[in-house]
Amino acid sequence: MSDKLDITLEVNGRGYEARVEPRRSLADALREDCGLTGTHLGCEHGVCGACTVLVDGEPVRACLMFAVQAEGRAIRTVEGLADGDRLSPLQQAFHDHHGLQCGFCTPGFLMLATGILEATPDISDEALLEVLSSNICRCTGYQNIVKAVRAAREQMRG
Amino acid sequence: MSGLGARAKRLEDLPLLTGRGRFAADISFPDQLHMRIVRSSLAHGRIVGIDPSQALAAEGVVAVWTGADTADVPLIDFRQVEVESLKPYRQPVLARDHVRYVGEPVAAVFALDAGLAEDAADLVAPEFEPLAADVTALGTPGEFAPGIGNHPTVIEKAYGDLDGAFARAEHVISLDVAVGRHSGTPLECRGLVARYARDRGRLEVHGAAKIPHLNRERLAGMLGLELDRIHLFEGHVGGGFGVRGEIYPEDVLVCLAAMRLARPVKWIEDRFEHLIAANHSRDQSYRVRAAVDGDGRILGLDAEFWHDQGAYVRTHAATVPDLSCAMLPGPYVIPAYRARGHIRLTNKTPAGTYRAPGRFESTFARERLMDVIGARLGIDPIDIRRANLIGPHQMPYALGVETLGTEIVYDSADFPRLLDRFIDHFAHADILSANETRRRNGEFAGFGFGYFVEKSGLGPFGVASAAVRADGTVEIVTGAASVGQGIETAMAQIFAAEFPVDLSSISVIHGQTDRIAEGLGAFASRVTVMTGSAVHLCALKLKAAVLEIAGGLLQSAPERLVIDGTCVRPADAHSGPSASLADIASAAEQTGTPLSAHEKFLCDHMVYPYGIHGAQVAIDADTGEVRLERVYVAYDVGRAVNPTLVEGQIAGGVAQGVGGALYEEFRYDADGQPLAATFADYLIPTAREMAPIEMLVTEDAPSPLNPLGVKGAGECGINAMGAAIAAAVGDALQMPGAVTRLPITPRMVREILRAPR
Repeated sequence: MSDKLDITLEVNGRGYEARVEPRRSLADALREDCGLTGTHLGCEHGVCGACTVLVDGEPVRACLMFAVQAEGRAIRTVEGLADGDRLSPLQQAFHDHHGLQCGFCTPGFLMLATGILEATPDISDEALLEVLSSNICRCTGYQNIVKAVRAAREQMRG
Repeated sequence: MSGLGARAKRLEDLPLLTGRGRFAADISFPDQLHMRIVRSSLAHGRIVGIDPSQALAAEGVVAVWTGADTADVPLIDFRQVEVESLKPYRQPVLARDHVRYVGEPVAAVFALDAGLAEDAADLVAPEFEPLAADVTALGTPGEFAPGIGNHPTVIEKAYGDLDGAFARAEHVISLDVAVGRHSGTPLECRGLVARYARDRGRLEVHGAAKIPHLNRERLAGMLGLELDRIHLFEGHVGGGFGVRGEIYPEDVLVCLAAMRLARPVKWIEDRFEHLIAANHSRDQSYRVRAAVDGDGRILGLDAEFWHDQGAYVRTHAATVPDLSCAMLPGPYVIPAYRARGHIRLTNKTPAGTYRAPGRFESTFARERLMDVIGARLGIDPIDIRRANLIGPHQMPYALGVETLGTEIVYDSADFPRLLDRFIDHFAHADILSANETRRRNGEFAGFGFGYFVEKSGLGPFGVASAAVRADGTVEIVTGAASVGQGIETAMAQIFAAEFPVDLSSISVIHGQTDRIAEGLGAFASRVTVMTGSAVHLCALKLKAAVLEIAGGLLQSAPERLVIDGTCVRPADAHSGPSASLADIASAAEQTGTPLSAHEKFLCDHMVYPYGIHGAQVAIDADTGEVRLERVYVAYDVGRAVNPTLVEGQIAGGVAQGVGGALYEEFRYDADGQPLAATFADYLIPTAREMAPIEMLVTEDAPSPLNPLGVKGAGECGINAMGAAIAAAVGDALQMPGAVTRLPITPRMVREILRAPR
């Protein structure tokens, strides 16, 4: 297992060099090799979605993708959402609508919803609910997450 | 506005929204080792031998421990509701001669990285001699160990003349019901990082949760450390729900390894482990029997239940069955009562508390019984409850039983009023008539509800310190803990209500044992009540001290001054002379009495919030699927510090209640193999399964037992959700007592539909 590969990951517009085993998941590489611990691991079998990141704009379970597969692709994580001290409209909406409690699932929901709102700004309520049911939150009962994402959708539409 | 009752936005959010949280797995120290636990694959067996040699020879492995290496470590002790007869059933940190559930730690591997530790753990090959597994609490009692039975005790609580009640009864109505095995399942798995400074003899434990101070004492005892040689540090905690933060075998192993191996040791649980190793809960089977008069009034209630404790008795000892016995009477006048809870050991993952422990289960039993009594006597569900509710003139109401070391006395309530408000606010009559129309059109639609009493604010004390710092900001140090519920915001609001400064200038510390000597943490919905009251007392004391000093600076009587944001000014003048809090703090510093307060709030009794859960469902007769359409919650919280946070607690609890009522269950096969060890099998509700929740949060019955009138909100979302959904399914099927077990699976619904009526 020690045949390591040298890779460069492009995360939030910045290059990170890492020497990883082929079996290293993208989530582990982000957390351990890039020091970006905002991406969380809730199940490591692709159900809970806490590790969701954007790869070339698409929401991806970072626990189910190998780091080597992500080389040469644009990765975005929760650390890249805010512009300095200015929260993204979605982050701000989560704050405004009490869309988080313990905050462990939050990065996954933020990346999932960012991906979907960027790709489909006029997504219907029904389709949005379907997408948001990809991830698990154990604290909020989802109501306020759904409210926050809808509010951000309205704001991003301008 | 930021004081009591304001919908202030949370102080906690910013790091959590930007990926700067510090959860257990985010903490690392140079040179750290990683621990991986080798777990039993067998539900019950004798350990023939464990050969660590292959694992020891593997790349990066520093040590492998088995039960023999930890034989000198005490069994993990109880922390509340201790019962002497349960002591033989405490769990060792590594199995010694027997394994008793799939997932039991049998060896620990320590290696240079997590992957190598996991690789090496696969090379540890324990040899077991299989023994028969016991997977039900309902069978004939057997043995836990040679000469030690698996039915250690019966918890019993009783008052009144039960025999007389049954002799006088016009109707005797009995019912068998059960709540399946499920648990809190926080989204962050457990994890801990410990490091030991050998030269100073000091152990630091990071990743603490729930009860850092209590665990510090327990760990110090187990590890043979003086109390001042160990400190626990809480970072961000990804949900608690009763499960996270108790002392488990892995916690002790991490600490012990940091000391013995003289390197930092990190352990992060994975989800498969969590589902078979962290505390399970619920799993109680009831037989309830009511003596009822001709008008539907209960004369006596006799309850007997079997509590499936799993393989060992963990830190909670008899807490859950004790609470079941104590809280089963709920909001009703029950003149004669007896509850007997049989604690049974089985070969499943050990059980502990989960949000509303003993209440989710006993409320289900009681409210199902109320529905059946009503149906049998031809009295509708509202009227049968109204006939039995304790009246407001009866408050405070001593129930006649004790739990958690305190007598149960309902401190304040107006149960009939909340029922009226529920009916009115949610247009109950319209809900019923809409369902009747739908049923006439061939649909299976129904509504049901359950009434519940919660408990909160477990004492005996809450403690806090507060100080105005030299820059004029305020720091509050509490002995409480955060599991995501928003305690920083709530404590800051309570403080600011008396000491009106901007919430953003208040920092709230929790879960750090080196910052405050004692604290009881976050459990039993206690923080707002107990810690909040201590914070309130700190605010009063600091306000008096600040105004006194400001009086000197401004040459004014202190009672004519007010605190206003960052300064103190005359109450009647918005302009003119004022003194900044920073200057006042410096002045205090110079006199040698810095601006600080330390307060302890004492209360021997708990406070009792109460509420009603309603559920609207529709059933797909072909598949048996129960579709939740709407949830209604009325809840009297005494006084809401922050209604948005209270509603957030309700919504989260509702979702977990829906999970326990319809989806979540730790099932086992006949050999004791767990059938729900991933999130593909243990089904947690997603946004799709949830329905809109309508809430009515009332403040009709503030508590007389604390200066704020507050009661807890942590467990109110879940309590009667199982009962409400079961009643709704019964209504949809027009068979009120049909549902007797949770979770209500599609298969169960199909069987009810096909059964001859």
